[in-house]
Amino acid sequence: MLTMEEILETIKMIQEENLDIRTITMGISLRDCADTDIQSLCRKIYDKITAAANRLVEVGDEIEREYGLPIVNKRIAVTPVSFLADGKSYDDCVAIARTLERAAEAVGVNFIGGFSALVHKGFTAGDHVVIESIPEVLSTTERVCASVNVATTKAGINMDAVSIMGHVIKDAAYRTADRDGLACAKLVVFANIPEDNPFMAGAFHGFGEPEKVINVGVSGPGVVKKAIEGMGNGDLGALSEKIKKMAFKITRMGELVGRVAAERLGVLFGIVDLSLAPTPAVGDSVAEILEAMGIERCGAPGTTAALALLNDAVKKGGAMASSYVGGLSGAFIPVSEDAGMVRAVENGALNLEKLEAMTAVCSVGLDMIVVPGDVPPETISAIIADEIAIGVINQKTTAVRIIPAPGKKAGDYVQFGGLLGSSPVLPVSRYRASRFIKRGGRIPAPIQSLSN
Amino acid sequence: MDRPQRVVVTVLGKDRVGLIAGVANVLAENNINILDISQTILQDFFAMIMIVDMRDSYIDLSTLKERLARKGQELGVRIDAQHEDAFNYMHRI
Repeated sequence: MLTMEEILETIKMIQEENLDIRTITMGISLRDCADTDIQSLCRKIYDKITAAANRLVEVGDEIEREYGLPIVNKRIAVTPVSFLADGKSYDDCVAIARTLERAAEAVGVNFIGGFSALVHKGFTAGDHVVIESIPEVLSTTERVCASVNVATTKAGINMDAVSIMGHVIKDAAYRTADRDGLACAKLVVFANIPEDNPFMAGAFHGFGEPEKVINVGVSGPGVVKKAIEGMGNGDLGALSEKIKKMAFKITRMGELVGRVAAERLGVLFGIVDLSLAPTPAVGDSVAEILEAMGIERCGAPGTTAALALLNDAVKKGGAMASSYVGGLSGAFIPVSEDAGMVRAVENGALNLEKLEAMTAVCSVGLDMIVVPGDVPPETISAIIADEIAIGVINQKTTAVRIIPAPGKKAGDYVQFGGLLGSSPVLPVSRYRASRFIKRGGRIPAPIQSLSN
Repeated sequence: MDRPQRVVVTVLGKDRVGLIAGVANVLAENNINILDISQTILQDFFAMIMIVDMRDSYIDLSTLKERLARKGQELGVRIDAQHEDAFNYMHRI
């Protein structure tokens, strides 16, 4: 029989420490929707998504009620649209995106991911039109999320794609200037993109995935922070042990929800993503975990080591708790979505360069970074190239979600609202890498890729 | 997993006369059997936990939650009911 302490611990985690399931994401294959006629294609996409996910929100709410566990988001990830866009025009891509938007609205999900292209080794015609249409798509839809994989450890870095993405990001920001460049918050540039990531904006339904699948993303920085605070001055081995135990407990909830949701929806259960995902809520912060570990302000010397310990302990605890682990699985450090990160930037403790170093030891990358609106596209591309290189060399996923806020200067503020939060604008080096970026071509796969 | 049999009922708030009776009444009216009760006082905060069996219940878990929440408002405490697996998954391997 369960003990009183155990039951109260769970309830305290949920009520006081913001433990929640961040997302139940249904992956849906659109491969059978391929069609030469755009109207027929859009109709098939709409019908497929609305048929597959018509009970997703209802089942999510039902589980939330029965288990007393908040499920913050229900979302959909689809096959990369570029796969359906070969032989299609720019306008066709926009029509596909509008169809995704309508389908997402019809089933009641707040985001749908998969307006994506995988171009790590080069472009197909479909990849080109999808990427070209991203600024218009993201500025004229609310729910559609885009991602572009520009590199893998096996293929190297497609620097032509990196160069283009600098311009795409600037254009998307410009088109949503009245909302501080909000469109860029729905666009992620990846290296080694995972095929089963449930978290937005980078979720898509990979080519190795089944027809339909349920993936779950857990959260719970607040739970880990409280546990560390309750430990006093234990040594780092003890700290790691404690984090592992909390990660285990958090992940078990994800496993439970994923299994129940998959069973009720009659869909395969895919993976639990073991990420610590912060929210702007006070106490639900990865930065504050690092500070509870003994770093005066996130970004101070010691931050990378503390984050490495945290990230590793989360994975070790989580891996034992779930039969299938996947997605991004690591601590997220999005600046605008994490009140502790925002404070660290305000205090001058945390900057772009330190964030880049931190991404070498955690997932996912430079996430929700707001920079001045006048940063040139080549510099955006160069920031992407640096981050992507970290992923390629270290055989891990890295990503960039950067917002050059039009008309804003370093130190100004932007407000995105909701889970996207708010952020000060981070300064960017005024020195340029334009000549390097303009060279184009492909950075060859590193020696680490020759593993066979 | 569809129809939960064992459910954890938690009552949190300020202690007062008739708390257990109030909750037990709601359960009895709906043919729900109490398997275990424990309670504790944390500072001046009262916590009671019941594990109940809903196998022969007249109502489903969602309805039970609503009825308990209403009773909780009446008694000035927070009452919730959750599927036992929410706790089993976290604390039992």
